[in-house]
Amino acid sequence: MVALPFPCEQSARVGEPDVAILEFRQVCKDFVSRRKRTHALRNVSFRVRRGTVTGLIGPDGAGKTTLMRLAAGLLLADAGEIRVLGRDAAADSLAVQATIGYMPQHFGLYEELTVEENLDLYADLQGVPEEQRSQRYSELMAMTGLAPFTRRLAGRLSGGMKQKLGLACTLVRSPPLLLLDEPTVGVDPVSRRELWSIVYRLVQQQKMSVLLSTLYLDEAEHCHEVVILHEGAVLGQGPPASFRSPLHGRTWAVSIPAGKKRDIQGKLSGAPGVVDAVIQGERVRLVLDAEPSPEVSRSLAELAGAPLEPVPPRFEDSFIAMLRSRRSGNGEAKAANRISSLPNVSTDGAEETVIAVRDVQRRFGDFLAVNRVTFEVKRGEVFGLLGANGAGKTTTFRMLCGLLPPSTGLLRVAGIDVRRAAAAARARLGYMSQKFSLYGNLSVWQNLQFFSKVYGLSGRRRAERLAWALEQFQLTSLVDAVSADLPLGYKQRLALACALMHEPDILFLDEPTSGVDPLARREFWHWINHLARQGVTVLVTTHFLEEAEYCDRLAIMASGAILALGTPEEIKSLARSPRLPHPTMEEAFIYLIEGANKGAAGP
Amino acid sequence: MKRQEGSKGTLGEPSRGGRLMRLRGLVRKEFLQILRDPSSIAIAFVMPVVLLLLFGYGLSLDAEHVPLAVVVEEPSAETASFIGSFQQSRYFELVPLSNMRQAEQALREHRVKGIIYLRENFARQRRSIGAAPVQIILNGVDANTARLVQGYVNGAWEKWLELEARSNGVPLTIPVQVSERVWFNSELRSQDYLVPGLIAVIMTLIGALLTAMVMAREWERGTMEALLVTPVAIQEVLLGKLVPYFVLGMGGLILSVGTAVGLFAIPLRGSVIVLFAASSLFLLAALGMGLLISIVAKNQFVAGQIAIIVTFLPAFILSGFIFDIGSMPWPIQMITHLIPARYLVAILQTVFLAGNVPSVIWPNGAALLLMAILFLSLGRWKSHKRLE
Amino acid sequence: MWQRVAALIVKEFLALLKDPKSRFVIVIPPMIQLLVFGYAATYDLNDIPYAVYNEDPGAEGRELLAGFRLSPHFREIAHLSHDADIAPLIDKREALLVVHVGPRFSRDLATAQSASVQVIVDGRNSNTALLALGYVRSIVHRFNDQWAARHGQPKPPAQLEMRAWFNPNLESRWFIVPGIVALLTLVVTMLVTALSVAREREQGTFDQLLVTPFRPAEILLGKALPGFIIGIGEATVIVLLAIFWFKVPLWGSLLTLYTGITLFLVSAIGVGLMISSLAVTQQQGLLGAFFFLVPAIILSGFATPIANMPSFIQKITLVNPMRYFMEILRGVFLEGMPFLMLVDQFWPMAVIGGVNLTLAGWLFRRRLY
Repeated sequence: MVALPFPCEQSARVGEPDVAILEFRQVCKDFVSRRKRTHALRNVSFRVRRGTVTGLIGPDGAGKTTLMRLAAGLLLADAGEIRVLGRDAAADSLAVQATIGYMPQHFGLYEELTVEENLDLYADLQGVPEEQRSQRYSELMAMTGLAPFTRRLAGRLSGGMKQKLGLACTLVRSPPLLLLDEPTVGVDPVSRRELWSIVYRLVQQQKMSVLLSTLYLDEAEHCHEVVILHEGAVLGQGPPASFRSPLHGRTWAVSIPAGKKRDIQGKLSGAPGVVDAVIQGERVRLVLDAEPSPEVSRSLAELAGAPLEPVPPRFEDSFIAMLRSRRSGNGEAKAANRISSLPNVSTDGAEETVIAVRDVQRRFGDFLAVNRVTFEVKRGEVFGLLGANGAGKTTTFRMLCGLLPPSTGLLRVAGIDVRRAAAAARARLGYMSQKFSLYGNLSVWQNLQFFSKVYGLSGRRRAERLAWALEQFQLTSLVDAVSADLPLGYKQRLALACALMHEPDILFLDEPTSGVDPLARREFWHWINHLARQGVTVLVTTHFLEEAEYCDRLAIMASGAILALGTPEEIKSLARSPRLPHPTMEEAFIYLIEGANKGAAGP
Repeated sequence: MKRQEGSKGTLGEPSRGGRLMRLRGLVRKEFLQILRDPSSIAIAFVMPVVLLLLFGYGLSLDAEHVPLAVVVEEPSAETASFIGSFQQSRYFELVPLSNMRQAEQALREHRVKGIIYLRENFARQRRSIGAAPVQIILNGVDANTARLVQGYVNGAWEKWLELEARSNGVPLTIPVQVSERVWFNSELRSQDYLVPGLIAVIMTLIGALLTAMVMAREWERGTMEALLVTPVAIQEVLLGKLVPYFVLGMGGLILSVGTAVGLFAIPLRGSVIVLFAASSLFLLAALGMGLLISIVAKNQFVAGQIAIIVTFLPAFILSGFIFDIGSMPWPIQMITHLIPARYLVAILQTVFLAGNVPSVIWPNGAALLLMAILFLSLGRWKSHKRLE
Repeated sequence: MWQRVAALIVKEFLALLKDPKSRFVIVIPPMIQLLVFGYAATYDLNDIPYAVYNEDPGAEGRELLAGFRLSPHFREIAHLSHDADIAPLIDKREALLVVHVGPRFSRDLATAQSASVQVIVDGRNSNTALLALGYVRSIVHRFNDQWAARHGQPKPPAQLEMRAWFNPNLESRWFIVPGIVALLTLVVTMLVTALSVAREREQGTFDQLLVTPFRPAEILLGKALPGFIIGIGEATVIVLLAIFWFKVPLWGSLLTLYTGITLFLVSAIGVGLMISSLAVTQQQGLLGAFFFLVPAIILSGFATPIANMPSFIQKITLVNPMRYFMEILRGVFLEGMPFLMLVDQFWPMAVIGGVNLTLAGWLFRRRLY
C-alpha cells in the first residue's frame, strides 16, 4: 500500500509565499450557443504559489475545465488577465504551452499506440533529446508503476493506468507548472491514492507547482491551498484549514443503532438549525447553522434518541454550509421538507426477497466478467454494489435489468425469472443510469409524456402521475425547457421522475450521483431514503464510498467476484487492525481490493 | 543539461532540429495508428479496389445483344437478306415473332428493346419503287440506350445496302459516305473512359473523407487538446496529418492505376510521371478539403456526412466523369469549375487515352495547383492553437 | 402495445425534427441532389463543338456543312486550313469532332455520284463520341436524301422509319428524373433508420428504452414507422416536382406507383434497421449506410442499364430492391404500365423486405446484449 503523505496543517505554508506561478486577475469568460449566453467564469481571481498543490474544487459545470483551458492558452478570456510563469497566457500562448504540462480531462492517449510509443510521441513533441530518454522513461515508469506494461496498447490499460500514463506523458520533460483537469475522476480509490502520491513526489522532489481540479471534496484536504469554484465564481480561497475553522463548535455527531440510521438522518436533516446531516458509520454527522444553544442540543438529541458529541469539522462541511447559504439566498426551498407529502407505507412484508441472484456467471468469449455471484435483496432494502472499474458491477447490473442474459445461474426480480419473462419483470422496475439518459432535444414535458405512455399509463392515472412528477421534483417552471440545457441536478431529478413514473417496486440506480454537486447528491439520497421507507427496493452502484454508508447492505466486487457482503459496519470491521481501529469505508475498500490483488498475484 | 533543453523550449523559438523531431514523432504516430486501425486501411486500400471493381463492371454504357423483335409478314429472299445483316451484328439479339400484336406486347413487357417490322409488301415495293419502308420501333424510356441502338440500326442498314449493291453488281449509290475515325478509343469502350474517371472519384474519397474523419477523431477523443499544449506549432500538426495520408492516398492511386491497366486493360498512353504529378496536386487539394471539413465539423459523424455531400456526389456527377459538362446548363457548368475532380478527370482521361497533351495538362494542372493552394491555405488559416 | 409504439413514433419525430442538424439532413441534401441530378445528369448533347476543314472549292461541300451549322446540336468553333491543325484542336478538347471535306468532294459527287466526308471524333468519352456520330450520320442522311432526289438518283432499296415509344424525343431527363425518386427516397430513409438506434446507443437512452416494458419487436416497429412516413413524404414531394417542375409525364396509376413506393420503403427500412442494429456508433451506422448506398445505386440501373453489365453482376442486382423499384417508376411514369404487369417487380421487393425485416429483428434481439 502506498503511504499517503498528508499535508497536514503545519505544512500548509510551504513553498515561496510571494512567487505566483499562475495568476488570474478578474477573468471573465462567456460562451454563446443557441443564442444563449452562459457565464462560464465571472471575475475569477486567484494565484498558485510556487511549489504547492492548489486544488480547484467545484461541482460539474462550475467552470473548472474552462479555467484550466484559459490557463493553458487554449481559450481567450473576455476580460481580465492571466499570467503563467510571468507571461501573458493570451498574448504569449505558444511560449506558455511550450513550458507547462497540461493534462486534459480525458487525456488524449492514442489508444492504438503502446505505452512506450505514446511516451515517444510526447518526447518528440517536447523535444527531449534521445540520449536522455531511456533514463527519463525509467524514472517515469517506476513512478507510475507502468514498467511491466510498456509494450501494451494504451487502449488495453485500465482507467487508473491510463490516467497514470497520461500523467507520465505530460511529464516527459519535467515542467515547472502542471495543470491537471480532474485526473482522479472515474478512477478507483486505489489508483486515486497512487496518483496523489505521484503528485506529492513531484512537488517535493522537483519543486513543481500543480493546479489540480477535482469533484471529490475529500481530496481538498490533500491540497496546500484550495480554490472553490461554483457557477463560475470563486467562493473562497485558502488552505483547507482556513475553511474548517469557522465551523468549530458547529459540527456534531450522534450515535444511532444500525437499523434506524436512515430514518433518524432523514428527521434530523429536516430539523431547524441543521445545515447538513449525513450518515457516517454508526453515527449521523450534523452541521448546524450556529453553535447550538442548550435547548437546540437537547431537542436534537431527543429527535435522535442519543446525545450529541462534538466532532472536528471537515472541508466538506464548510463547502456544504457555503452552498446552502447561497441557495437559501436564492429562495430555493429545502428538498427534504417537500417529501413529507409522500405517504408512508407500512413495511409488513419486510422479509420478502425481491431480488435473488444465485451462482450467476457471465462470460464474454474467454473473459469471465462475472464469476459465481450470489446475493439477495429484501423488500425495502437499499443495496449497494461497489467496485473499481471493470469489477463486474455494471455487468451484474445489466443482467438484473434483463439487458444481458447470464451465461449460467439464476436471476429473479420481483419473483420473475429475468431470463424467461424479461418484459414482465421490466414493467415492475425503474431504471436510472449515470448518463441520465433522457432525450436531450425533447423538453421536460415531452420526456415525461413519453415515459408515461411507455409504461402504459393512461387517462386519469397518467394525468395524476405527470402532475405528481412536476410537483414533487419542482419541475413545474421548467416544463418547456429543453432537457439537454438543464443543469445536471435537474437532469438527475427529471431522470428519477421518469424512472418513477409507474411507481415501480424496484429501483435500479447506476451511479446516480456521478458529477452532481454535493447538495444535489444529498437531496437525491433523501428521495431514495423515502422510497425505501415506502417499501421500494433500491439497488445502487456508486463510486462515492461515503454514499455506501446510506446502504442497508452492500457488496464489494473485484474481478467479477464478490469480495465482501454485509452491512457497512460489517464490511468496515473486516479492515479493523491495531493500526486502523476505526477504518473508514474507503480504507476498508482499499484493504479488501489490495488483499484480493495480492491473492491474485501470489503463487 | 536537461534544464537547458527545457529553457530552449520556453523561449518559444523552436530550433530546426526540434521541428524535425516533432514532425517525425507526429508522422510516426499517424502511421502506427493507420497500421493498427483496420478501418483506415479499409478506406485506403480495400475501398478503392471494391469501388473500382464495382464501378468498372457495373457502370457500362455499351449496349450489346440488344433484344429486337422481328416481324416479317411475308418472308422472302429479300427479307431474309435484310434480316441477315442484323443477325450478323453483335449488337443485336433477334427474336422472330409472327405478328405486330405479339411484338408490341413483348415491347411493353420489356422482353425486347425494339421491333423491326417488315410489311407484307416489302419485297414488292423494293422491286417496284425501290424504297421499301422498314419500320423500327424502339423503347425510348432509356433515351441514351435508345439513341445508341438507333446508331447500331443505321450501321446494320448501311451494311445491308452495301451488300445489296455488290450482289447486284451496281456501285453503291450513296452520295456521301461518312468515313469515321475515332481517335484515342477506336473501339469506343465505355470502360476506357469510366475507369480513369473513377480514379478521380476514389481519390476524392480517400483524400477528403479519410482526412476529415481522422482529424475529427482527434478532436472527439480529446487527443488534439493534449497535442495543442505542447511546443508543437499548428502547421506541424497539419503537416503531420498531411504527410501520412498523402502517402496513403498515393498508395491507393498506385493500386487503382494498377487495377485499371492490369485488370481492365485500359491503355496508358501518357507518361506515368504526369499522371502522378497531377494526382499529387489533386490529392493535396482533397486533403485540404478534408482538413477544412474537419475544422468545421469537429466530430466524426458530421464530418462524414459533410464529406459525402460535398465531395463524393459532386465528384461523381459534376466532374464530367459520366455526364458531359458541355451539355449541362450554364449555371451548373459554372459550379463544376469549383470542383477539383473536374480537372483531374480531364487530365486522367487524356493521359490514359490520348497521351501527354500539354494543352490539356497545363491549364488543368494549374487549376489543380490553385485549388490545392486555396484549400490548404484556407485550412491553415482556419486552424488555431485555440479551442474556439 | 399500440400506445407504446405510438409514443415511440411521436418521440422519434420530435427528436428528428427538433434537431436542426437532422432536419437539415432530411431536407436540404435531397433538394440539392434533385436539382443537380435533374439538370446535370443528362446524356443529351447540345452544342457539340466542332471544327470544319473544308478543302473543297465546290458548292456541294458548303451545302453539306450548312446542315451542321443549322443543327441545334452542333456549334462551329473554327475553320481549319491545314491538316496539322486538326490534332491540337481535338487534343485540347476544344472540338469534339472535325468534319473534313476533301478537295475532290464536289468533283467526286458530280462524276462518280459518290463522295466521302471524313469525321474525326475524340473518343475519350466513348458515349459522347457515339452519340455525336449518330447526329453526324443523320445530318449526312438528310443531305443524301435531298441530293438523290434532286439528281434523280434511285432511292436506297429500303428506307428506315424509326420511332421511339414512350419517349418520342428521347429526352434523357425523362429517364433520369423518375430514377431520382428512388435514389433520394433510399438515401433519406437510410439516414433516418440506419442511425436511429446507434444515436440512442451513443446517448445512452437505448438502455433506458430497453428496461421499459417494450418488446424488441415494438421498438423495431417504432423505429421503422417514422422512416416509412418520412420516406412516403419525401417520395411524394419528388414525384410532384418531377411532374410539375421537370414536366415528366405520368401515364400510369397512382395506386400502382404507391404500391411500389410502399414495398420499396419496407425493404429499404429493413436494410436500414439491419445496419442500425449492427452499428454501435453513429459513425459506423453512417459508413454502413454509405457502403450499402453506393453499390445499391450503381447496380440499380439508375445511371447505366443493368442489361449492359456482365452476367454475374446482373445476378447480383437481383437482390437489390432498388433495381425493381427503378423498373416500376419508369414503367408507371413513362409507359403507363398496369398493376398486373408489374407483379414480377412487386413480389421480389416484398420478399427482400420480409427477409430484411426478419433479419433486422433477429440481429436486433441478438445485439441487445
